[in-house]
Amino acid sequence: MHRVVITGAGTINALAHDVKGTLEAFREGRCGIGALDIRDVERLSIRIGGQVADWDPEAHFNRQQITLYDRFTQFTLLAAREAITQSGLDFDGRLGYEAGVVLGTAGGGLTTSDENYRAVYEEGKNRVHPLVVPRLMNNAATSHVSMAWNLKGPSFTVATACASSNHAMGQAFQMIRSGMTKVMVTGGSEAMLCFGGIKAWEGLRVMSRDACRPFSANRNGMVQGEGAGVFVFEEYEHARARGAEILAEVVGFAMTSDAGDIVMPSMQGAARAISGALRDGRINGDEVGYINAHGTGTAANDKTECAAVADVFGHHADNLMISSTKSMHGHLIGGTGAVELLACIMALRDGIIAPTIGYEEFDPECALDVVPNAAREARVDVVLSNAFAFGGLNAVLALRKV
Amino acid sequence: MAENIRNRVIAILAEQAVLEPSDVKMDSTLETLGIDSLGLVESIFAIEEAFDVSVPFNANEPEKSAFDISSVAAIVAAVETLVADQKG
Repeated sequence: MHRVVITGAGTINALAHDVKGTLEAFREGRCGIGALDIRDVERLSIRIGGQVADWDPEAHFNRQQITLYDRFTQFTLLAAREAITQSGLDFDGRLGYEAGVVLGTAGGGLTTSDENYRAVYEEGKNRVHPLVVPRLMNNAATSHVSMAWNLKGPSFTVATACASSNHAMGQAFQMIRSGMTKVMVTGGSEAMLCFGGIKAWEGLRVMSRDACRPFSANRNGMVQGEGAGVFVFEEYEHARARGAEILAEVVGFAMTSDAGDIVMPSMQGAARAISGALRDGRINGDEVGYINAHGTGTAANDKTECAAVADVFGHHADNLMISSTKSMHGHLIGGTGAVELLACIMALRDGIIAPTIGYEEFDPECALDVVPNAAREARVDVVLSNAFAFGGLNAVLALRKV
Repeated sequence: MAENIRNRVIAILAEQAVLEPSDVKMDSTLETLGIDSLGLVESIFAIEEAFDVSVPFNANEPEKSAFDISSVAAIVAAVETLVADQKG
């Protein structure tokens, strides 16, 4: 069993185009959710989202690249560049064969699908661009990352809805731990803020029209976000031998299936994933100081999640902090766990706990310390990151301070 | 018209509950009909399609929605109001 550490982090999301800006926003409790700026927004009943602002693909990619890169791939490549640059790793030699890419996304190139369906159905065109398929496929981002940095080891894309990136990072963790690889580039991305992407979500009637207020009694639903979070996971001795800066250690991971309902979450399924991650990481419950919640801001998730945490931790549930940064960057669906892992790293490294903003009213069914509205300084040694997907697929990661 | 709305709403709920329309009473509730949260969302969609209206309903705060779903009678009344408001 090898130890696994994080030696690079990158992101782009509604709060900022990099990690530094995102952590600043977490510290300030800033909200990145606002009016959506997309085509046909006037035909939507949900008109807010955590949209990436001032995104100019031409500032980062050439014309041929943009032809091949859907928005979710563009976000991934930007975040991967930041993470790999920070790690200082070079994959051109032998290391390239011992390094892979596992990324999560739920919708993949949904914007590309949306635009091209529009062309053939609405505009009546009988021809689409020849590269639509390689642009929209869910594994496009993974493949482009592997090509850009010569990562030739095990690589694939994971799609488990809202748990995609946690499942992806769990796989990356297990691959290094088992000795299959030395380095993994992992995380996830999503770019679902297009007309069809939001129209589909509207139908479920779980979206808020005004704000994402996790755990607050007056919460009225989720708000979608977009962007990417990418990390470099590295075998501990490899990182130490080259004197790399270590951001945190990944110590545990567990996944469970509710085998229950296609949309309603299960307290038992969530609790089994949380306790499984503790067991996997040989963590005592009372060591956990912070949990980055799935915290979608829906009635169903938040009370189920709080009940699961109370069930697993018993009395200690009242001592630990649990917050949902979705209140700031929105729900990035398949990329959400990756962006949220940044709040976990911030808690361990900087001793600052990101808040749950938009919190207005106490809910007796969410009676935990949800770090309402303002970031807090606290020393924590072990943190968890929860993700519970539609379809009842749960994935929880445990990180420890190094 | 009112008769017609009632019968069409009952037909929609009956189909969702896999019951005969005659088994859906005005004092039936979604619970007694065995319609769960997904069934409710599907029923609302069917109502919107059937009457060409937009139903204001958020599953996170059903009690705050202007659309009363506490019984079949309440749903029928709410649909009648929506039809009058949005088609008038």
